[in-house]
Formats: sequence, structure tokens, C-alpha cells
Amino acid sequence: MTALAHLGGAPTPTAPPGDRDATRGSYRLLPYLLLLPGAAWLFLFFTVPLLQLAAASLYDPAGSLSTGYALTWAFGNYPDALQAYWPQFGRSFLYAGVALVLALLMGYPLAYAIAQKAGRWKNLLLVCVVAPMFTSFLVRTLAWKTILSDNGWLVGLLRDVHLLGPDGRLLATPVAVVLGLTYNFLPFLVLPLYASLERLDARLLEAASDLYASPTQAFRRVTLPLSMPGLVAGTLLFFIPASGDYINAELLGTPNEYMIGNVIDSAFLVRLDYPQGAALSFLLMAAILAVVFVYLRRAGTEEVL
Amino acid sequence: MRFSRWLADRWVVGVALLVLGYLLLPIAVVAALSFNRPSSRLSYDFHEFTLDNWRNPCATADMCDAVVRSVQIGFLATVVSTLLGTLMAFALVRHRFRGRSGINVLIFLPMATPELVLGTSLLALFVAGGVPLGFWTVVVAHVMFCVSFVVVTVKARLAGMDRRLEEAAMDLYANEWQTFRRITLPLVLPGIVAAALLAFSLSFDDFIITNFNSGTTVTFPMYVWGAAQRGIPPQVNVIGTAMFGIALLLVLASGLRGRRARRAALAAPVPVGRAGGRS
Repeated sequence: MTALAHLGGAPTPTAPPGDRDATRGSYRLLPYLLLLPGAAWLFLFFTVPLLQLAAASLYDPAGSLSTGYALTWAFGNYPDALQAYWPQFGRSFLYAGVALVLALLMGYPLAYAIAQKAGRWKNLLLVCVVAPMFTSFLVRTLAWKTILSDNGWLVGLLRDVHLLGPDGRLLATPVAVVLGLTYNFLPFLVLPLYASLERLDARLLEAASDLYASPTQAFRRVTLPLSMPGLVAGTLLFFIPASGDYINAELLGTPNEYMIGNVIDSAFLVRLDYPQGAALSFLLMAAILAVVFVYLRRAGTEEVL
Repeated sequence: MRFSRWLADRWVVGVALLVLGYLLLPIAVVAALSFNRPSSRLSYDFHEFTLDNWRNPCATADMCDAVVRSVQIGFLATVVSTLLGTLMAFALVRHRFRGRSGINVLIFLPMATPELVLGTSLLALFVAGGVPLGFWTVVVAHVMFCVSFVVVTVKARLAGMDRRLEEAAMDLYANEWQTFRRITLPLVLPGIVAAALLAFSLSFDDFIITNFNSGTTVTFPMYVWGAAQRGIPPQVNVIGTAMFGIALLLVLASGLRGRRARRAALAAPVPVGRAGGRS
């Protein structure tokens, strides 16, 4: 969890200095008054809904929106939902995982180059990294439909060099969905990574090479460990939204590429099966938390080594 | 050794440029498609150059209604979330109080929760409470997920602020309100503005949470989602390109302002105190 807090760039505030009026009653109340509206909003529209969703996931699956639902503590909703939709679950994590690997292979050199090599171009390049977010998520995903289209230059080129068969396609395949996921969430990986690498002292690398480390060794023993906080934060900021995404699967894929998000969307909005949708939502959240937890422990021990 | 170092340098820069190309390519495509006259409604290929889409961006009236609605929702969500979030940031940075870690968790969790879960849980609440879905449920949802980002942004600015400037003002007989008005607020303002811009862009572009809580209300992302099945009017790309242009202008303007301020600071080494003073 600390990994994400790193992104805000805000050091945990230490004891506020100059609490000269702390003794006055109104001052002791002041922080609570400042917090009250925001905290109440978050409690009412974040915490309470989660509890309501938990209740909905245990509704009697025989009910319906029109006849009403009864809370029968139907824990069977969970195994039922998992059994019906485990392929979509597996696909979500597979696609998000492959996209993450691709994003790391692309994002690390990019973040490193901007942090260490860009000089006075640094700010301009950072603007380029966040530029995709300046335009609408859906519109830029649709742009990939044009790029990957069967009549487009990319498919033509790949067919010419025989990487694709004469009838080979990119659109409506897993490749398109993974490319879309990689593209859409790459900035979230690059920014925290950049923040870590920017603080890397280039003299440490010189010292490593003076001590006869090869560039590879210097990278593995100096750069990589020092960029760990950014790497962990970036990975989580990429993986959490990517595994819950269903826009890419819907726009760039077919029902054969549907991820768990597509199923949850249709459970709530098309099939109106609230207990199942709620159970799937919680399963998704639990799965993501489990992956994050295991990952943070792993990353933590690596940092120590 | 030298040579491999040289190669490593160039290799990294080369890959970085390719990746930047990957990031920028779709934007170029959106801009190009805004000048496209498509051969059919369901075609995504570039067919023929035209300026018509830019001349009549509202040829599809539904789309412009959706854009206006997104701006209204974005404006309301920004005002409320910036206000709530800024107050919370002040409490967290400036005060010592019981329950701080609980509040921090409450602020952090919405950012770490998948949007899908935020959306479905609110839907479950609204349906259970019999609240009709529409414009206002979308505003409520947007405020909820924007608040945390506002807190984080304003907190970062507040935490990096030099408290001695406020102490100096107090030593010079400014009362608390004057100090806040003349020193604190002007110094924090860039953080608040950045937070508001972030909140607006998050709200304007949100699809997943809106999709679950909008009922029949159509925002711009919802319009694009619906149109993707029926065929996208090319004007969607006009809106996409215009959004990109406006955001880019804002960023460049703030960059220029920052540079000017820094230059002024170099020329006359006292301006920090003057930022809030009479001038």
C-alpha cells in the first residue's frame, strides 16, 4: 500500500510545527470540521456502497429487480459465479499480465531516457507521455481500430513481410486487446518510474563502472534496486485498472476476448442479475488484492536483498 | 567498454523514441480522422479529406448535447470535490488529531479500488435506496472518486510550503485571516488549480463509473460507447482533437508561467514574500 502513496510525492507530514493555539478548544475541533464534509462524502458514497454490494452478493439468486431481493446469505453465489465465468477471469489476468510485461519493456527505457538522458527536453517529453490522456479514453481506443484495421497500412505491412498470413488480422484478436491495454495504461507506469529514476545519482553508475562493473551489472545492482519504489508503484497503477478494464476488450476484441469486466457490466446492465454481478465484483477485488499483496511482499524482499 | 556504454546510451534513447511514437500515434490518427469523410457509417478507414466536420461539429445534435452534459457534470464535480478535498488536505497537513491514519486509509482506498467496483457498488446502493439514476447520481459518483486525487495533489503542495513565510507574516502583525488570505492561499493556489484541472479531466473522461450510474443520462464517453455499435460520426474526432488542443495549451501556458516566475525570481531575489503582499 505504501507503494501507491509514493506516487503522490507527498512526504508523510511530520508533526505540524507551530501548534501554538492547540490549547484553544475551537482549534482542537478545527481539523474535524475541515475533514467532516469530505470524509462524510467518502463514507456515504464509498464505504456504504461497498457494504451494500457485499449484501447484494449474498442475495437470494432467485429474486429479481422487479420482485425484489431477499438477503438469504447465499454464499453459494460466489462459487457459482466463479464456475460460470472462470475463463473470463483467467483471461483478465492473463491479458493484464502480458500487457504489463510489454509495458515494462517499453516503459522502463522510456522513463530512464527521460530521467537521465533528456537534458533540457525533459519537460517536453513528459508532456508527450501524458499527452494521450489529454484526449478521451474511448476516442483514442477507437483510433486503434483504424490503425489495426484490415485495410490499414500496419496489417498490409505485416502481411507483406509474412508475419501475418494473407488473411491474417489484428483487429478482433487478443493481440489488439493486449496492445490497447498496454497503450492505455502505459503512462501510469512511466510516471512513477520516471520520478524514481530522476532522483538516481548518475555518479553512482560512474562509481560502479570504476569498480569494474559491466553496464549490465551496474543496471542490475545499482539502477534497478534504486528504481524499485517507482517500479512497484507503476506496476500497481498499471495492473489494477488493466485487469478491471473492459473497454479494450469490447472495442478491439470480440466476445472471445471478453474479460471479467464485460461480464460484470452485462450482469448489472443487461441481464440484471445483481447477486451474480456483485459476487463477481468482489471476486475481482479479492483477486486483485491477492495479486497486489503477493507482489508487494516479493518486491519488498527483493529490495532488502 | 567505452563502445558498449555508447551503444547502451543510444539503444535506450532509440527505444524511448519508438515508445513515444507508440504513445503519440493514436493522437495523430484522431486528428487525421477529424478531417475524414468516411465512406460508410461503420468504416474506420481514412477515405477523403474534408473540413466539414470542423465546420459543423454539431451536425449530430445528440453528440453536442452529450458534450454539454459532460461539461456541466465536470464543472459541478470539480467545484465540490476541490472544495472538500482542499479542506481535508489542510486538516491533514496542518493539524495533529486522533484518527489521522483512518482518514488516510479512507482517502487512499478509493484510488486503489478498481473503477468497476466503485461503479457497481454505487449502483447497488442507489437501487437499494430507490434513488432514480441520472444527472445527479453521476455528479455524486464523480465527486466521490475525484476527492482523493484532489487531497493528494493539494497535500503535496502544502507539505512543500515554507511555514516560516506565515510565521514572518504573523510576526509582522498580520492576523490569522490576513496571513491566510495574503500568504497561505496565494502559495497553495497553484496546487488547488492543478487539483481542479485534474478533477475536471477525470470527470469529463470517466466512462466505467458513469456507465453504471447514469440511467438514461448520456455523457460524451457514454455517447461514444453507444455510437461505437451504430457507427461513429467523424465529429467525435473533432471533439477528441479539440480536447487535446485545449489541454495542451493549458499545460504549455502553465509551463511558460512557471518559467517566467523562475526567471523573475532569479532577477530579483525577494519575490516570494511579495507573491502575497501588496503590489
